[in-house]
Amino acid sequence: MCGIVGLFAKSTEVEEGLGEHLAAMLAQMSDRGPDSAGVAVYRDPAPSGASKLTLFSSDPLQDWDALAAELRNAFGGAPEAGVRASHAVFVVDAEASDAEAWIRSAHPELRVMSAGQTIEIYKETGRPEEFIRQFSLGDFHGTHALGHTRMATESRVTTAGSHPFSTGLDVCLVHNGSLSNHNRLREELRRQGIEFQTENDTEVAAGYLAWRLRESASLEQALEGCLDDLDGFYTFLVGTADGFAVLRDPIACKPAVLAETEEWVAMASEWRAIAVLPGAADARAWEPAPGVVYAWERQKV
Amino acid sequence: MSVAEAAETTAVEVVDLATTPLRELNQRLHDLAGGADGPRRWRILTPNGAHAVACGIDAELDVVIEGHVGYYCAGMNQLATVRVHGNAGPGLAENITSGTVVVDGNASQSAGATGRGGLLVVHGDAAARCGISMKGVDIVVRGSVGHLSGFMAQTGRLVVCGDAGEALGDSIYEARVYVRGEVSELGADCVEKDLRAEHRAELAELLLQAGIDDLEPSDFRRYGSARRLYNFHVDNAY
Amino acid sequence: MATMDTHDPWSLRESYLYDRTVIAEIQRAAREGIYDIRGFGAKRRVPHFDDLLFLGASISRYPLEGYRERCDTNVTLGTRFAKKPLELKIPVTIAGMSFGALSAPAKEALGRGASEVGTSTTTGDGGMTPEEREHSKILVYQVLPSRYGMNPDDLRKADAIEIVVGQGAKPGGGGMLLGHKISDRVAEMRNLPRGIDQRSASRHPDWTGPDDLEIKIGELREITDWEKPVFVKIGATRTYYDVQLAVKAGADAIVLDGMQGGTAATQDVFIEHVGIPTLPAVRIASDALQELGLHRQVQLIVSGGIRTGADVAKALALGADAVSIGTAALIAMGDNSPELEEEYAKIGSAAGFYDDWQAGRDPAGISTQDDELAARFDPLLGGRRIANYLRVLTLEAQTLARACGKSHVHNLEPEDLVALTVEAAAMARVPLAGTSWIPGVDNQS
Repeated sequence: MCGIVGLFAKSTEVEEGLGEHLAAMLAQMSDRGPDSAGVAVYRDPAPSGASKLTLFSSDPLQDWDALAAELRNAFGGAPEAGVRASHAVFVVDAEASDAEAWIRSAHPELRVMSAGQTIEIYKETGRPEEFIRQFSLGDFHGTHALGHTRMATESRVTTAGSHPFSTGLDVCLVHNGSLSNHNRLREELRRQGIEFQTENDTEVAAGYLAWRLRESASLEQALEGCLDDLDGFYTFLVGTADGFAVLRDPIACKPAVLAETEEWVAMASEWRAIAVLPGAADARAWEPAPGVVYAWERQKV
Repeated sequence: MSVAEAAETTAVEVVDLATTPLRELNQRLHDLAGGADGPRRWRILTPNGAHAVACGIDAELDVVIEGHVGYYCAGMNQLATVRVHGNAGPGLAENITSGTVVVDGNASQSAGATGRGGLLVVHGDAAARCGISMKGVDIVVRGSVGHLSGFMAQTGRLVVCGDAGEALGDSIYEARVYVRGEVSELGADCVEKDLRAEHRAELAELLLQAGIDDLEPSDFRRYGSARRLYNFHVDNAY
Repeated sequence: MATMDTHDPWSLRESYLYDRTVIAEIQRAAREGIYDIRGFGAKRRVPHFDDLLFLGASISRYPLEGYRERCDTNVTLGTRFAKKPLELKIPVTIAGMSFGALSAPAKEALGRGASEVGTSTTTGDGGMTPEEREHSKILVYQVLPSRYGMNPDDLRKADAIEIVVGQGAKPGGGGMLLGHKISDRVAEMRNLPRGIDQRSASRHPDWTGPDDLEIKIGELREITDWEKPVFVKIGATRTYYDVQLAVKAGADAIVLDGMQGGTAATQDVFIEHVGIPTLPAVRIASDALQELGLHRQVQLIVSGGIRTGADVAKALALGADAVSIGTAALIAMGDNSPELEEEYAKIGSAAGFYDDWQAGRDPAGISTQDDELAARFDPLLGGRRIANYLRVLTLEAQTLARACGKSHVHNLEPEDLVALTVEAAAMARVPLAGTSWIPGVDNQS
């Protein structure tokens, strides 16, 4: 059980202050998610032919610069480690899948939190306020971001078990609720070649989306597939390179609020996370209907 | 009465939740139960989505909340009139026993849940499960209500001026539901019933209480229990 | 194989799978076309406290004398957040049972008996009756999915609040009260038409999930000015996670009901086939609280098959702060008494077997709303019986605790126990008697 937040910038001011706003939203969701926190920020696109990876190390003395040198040897370019707490972001001169494959084989002790052109995922155990401080969340600028505070229900509190879960290049998922058929679905998805690292139900939903997208479904189709293939209670917030999407299950017991102004579109589990945004008092606010996909995308230039 | 006394009776106690802890506000409101002396009129600022604002009041107070509230605003209200100039989160006026709660904007799910008496008015839309398990409260929604509204509604009246979502009145008992707009789907054991003169009169009274004067009772339809689920069916196949 | 003409009853062999009880049930289902609804708890045997034994005193461990040397039994519930925690003289409480499920005099008796020995009773799925509040010095008020009778005045009159997520007999099911028990008074209290078969919702109407439960607990605390302890009651299923979530949601105490827990009415399949037994549940819950560093700070009250002082002592040894009795209390008051043998025969049952609490024809006058039957039940005598029974439970628990050298029953610990079976050893995480083996636990010396 959890709190989820999402912010999509429609103005440059909000883009500049994205991290600050996200931090304020996340802090409001601490009570309903005290165990761990995580964010996915979309910003600073990697140039064409290159890709961005966010890596996690459980070793507090991890030598990220040494890894940067290895990446330079393997792929060329001048990758530098953008380090925040236990995570580091690298822009690698290679396609995301190649870079990821290299990391997995050369450094299996590191965890790939996200891969793609613009996405960066950071997540850690501990209280959200601590997370915000550790990762200097207030510094970020970006086009859009998702956040999650976790109250673990049926799996352990671990870094890997925290949300967002990345389900493919530049795609991620945060979830509030509890699925009931994820164990068998996990086995089915494993047979389709999707890998899992935790016992977490959300990871299964993320894997399901990854599988559907891999099989050429659109994001909308993949989310609508959830209504048929996932059982349980959920509010999903999915991030993509271009924007985000919200879906509630047909029973819709878990909360969800949407709000929009000229400057931003926001989603949260509770209004008080949206109340901290500039202009919130005059925002158009509404509740997403169950079983309907709501999506926002930036216009591609 | 003297000028001072007159001023006192119309004086409004202003509390800003940006600087006053919610616990303090609620305690002060509770301390007015049983006819204790104190301000009758209250204005609450900067709720910012806080939960349990003005819950558990048991006095004839007039409380206005400027802004959006979170869950359970005016929960278990008795006697007071609580107005929200904004939206309300889930469980608005849950288990209300008496008094009136009015929301200018929208209400989230389970508005008026298990309410036993009094009146709840939502000028915007109410979401899913409006009036769930209601036990005597009257609810009037100017806009639409979401799915499973009136679910297991026992007694009381639910008036929807807009549309109603799926499974309206599922497993309803003796509560009466009136809808003016479209009903996407009726729930188990909920059926349309005749709108007779006494029902139009009942509706007129409720709309009046809700301050709605531009709608005709005859434009509503009435829904209630078919009473087929009231008892288990036991065959006797010997 | 006997020939067709032989009539030797000793050659008759009953099937294990299709024994008489199963045959009767299959044929009843075929006749009636509806599931079997009954009262009482699980009747089949599952690992329980009987499979554990205390080690008692020895050369290395010395006992306390009876009478002279104190073995205290008091317990405080709700120390985490409440301004006014409950102070109980004994670690046994009366579990939630509704007026509606039980007759008014039965509820009164429970209150009288509990008050006499200094412990609490609990309301049920129907609300608080004035008699109950009057006769029970310490009263816990349940907040259930149905919210029958729920009102803020009663909430304020209560000494503690118990949010019911589920009960052991039917985790995931709601309350049930059949038509013959929906009398005028019950109907009025529950705002229902008289004579219907009432089924409560299984989920709460205004919250789902521990994150929203936290907000709900907050509201109830706000309404009652943070005075009263808030308990969260769960049927034992995914107990490890449930305990952690109840703690995170802000509970003062957790009430944990194992699958053997009783009910006034639900489907037999629910009673017998859902939930885990009380034995593993206690240990899991206690360990979960220890892990959170909150054992004894968030109290654990355990129910589901507590029958004797031995059950009480073992539950406490495994980490409970208190236990709760339901079925045993009704039996103490006269349910299933052999004195009523003829009466039971008239309604197709027998003393020692009667579980049709849902039917409302209880000759003991306990699980009925029929005025004539209820009038047979003397609440003062019932109160005395409850008080006596609670005293015996306490004395027995003290006896065992003293034998283990404890001056307070809370000082009983898992290391005072051994198990008779592999299952009980694994579930209670204590060694199989005579060995150092705890199945499933590594690193044993």
